[in-house]
Amino acid sequence: MKLKCETIPSMATRVLELRKNVLNKNDELARELRKTFQSAGVFVLNLVSSPGTGKTMLLEKTLAAFGRRGFRVAALVGDLETDNDARRLAQSGAPARQINTDGRCHLEAGMVRSHLEGWSLDALDFLFIENVGNLVCPASYDLGEALRVALLSVTEGEDKPLKYPTMFNSADVAVITKMDLAQACEYDREWALRNIREIRPAIEILELSAKRGLGMDNWLDFLERKKRGA
Amino acid sequence: MHELSIVQGIIETVSESAEAANAKKINAVYLRVGALSGVVKDALLFSYDLATQDTILQGSKLIVEELPVLIFCQVCGKNVELPGVQSFRCPTCDTPSAAIKQGKELEVRSIEIEV
Repeated sequence: MKLKCETIPSMATRVLELRKNVLNKNDELARELRKTFQSAGVFVLNLVSSPGTGKTMLLEKTLAAFGRRGFRVAALVGDLETDNDARRLAQSGAPARQINTDGRCHLEAGMVRSHLEGWSLDALDFLFIENVGNLVCPASYDLGEALRVALLSVTEGEDKPLKYPTMFNSADVAVITKMDLAQACEYDREWALRNIREIRPAIEILELSAKRGLGMDNWLDFLERKKRGA
Repeated sequence: MHELSIVQGIIETVSESAEAANAKKINAVYLRVGALSGVVKDALLFSYDLATQDTILQGSKLIVEELPVLIFCQVCGKNVELPGVQSFRCPTCDTPSAAIKQGKELEVRSIEIEV
């Protein structure tokens, strides 16, 4: 008796090494944006903070002051709803566009890109992007910015950076806002600065009150220096 | 963070490569997640089965490797592992360091497929 051996076709198992970043799409877009911004010579900032820290107020004053210094500036501002912030910023005379995020809690590179349509980037010196007020999600989304600025107000609690390490660690600059209220809040300056530096060593820290005009020249000079590459 | 959309990102990233390799089935996805990535492992696992329904990844396992933060210490002259994300100082000599060498990863390292 002959035994017939049949080979049953079987599937082979393979391991494919990918080493691909999951947020690939956003990061690729952000990289492209960064290149675009650099060749256009526009210095781009991404402002992040809790809701209510004072991003819009700082930008209102910054856009107006830079306008007076002869710089060409524009702003994009992200919010879930309303165009209130874009309206406020536009009062400075600078072009300002609202990005309504459709419920998303952070800005992404794609949103930034689509809202730049029609703007001539080489006609700009600075572009300010005001992120959605949120200390969690925006940390992971590169927008192609040259500088990420994390704002912290004297009213929020000095240990905020320890509570949101990912965001503060991802920042290039920290700005303490509402300094005019420091005394009323019994703000512990040393503790706040120490916490920021603990999470993000060697970070540059500025202190100001946009509303009262304290520390604003210092902030503007700082931005000019950064743009020059200093 | 947005673990469901992260899983969708995984599906996109993996599908392209799996199709290019003529995969009939995906058995497993090996993911590397850094402590500073903003992504929570449990939330990822929770979303995975649901999100991969009716995709080439249906039935596959998500295997997550959690990566600690590594900073480069100038004084010690090497990469050192941080026990957490509350203090960015060398655990050996206490020198602060902003040089992050590992910790922000959100990467599909590899996939196990049936061809």
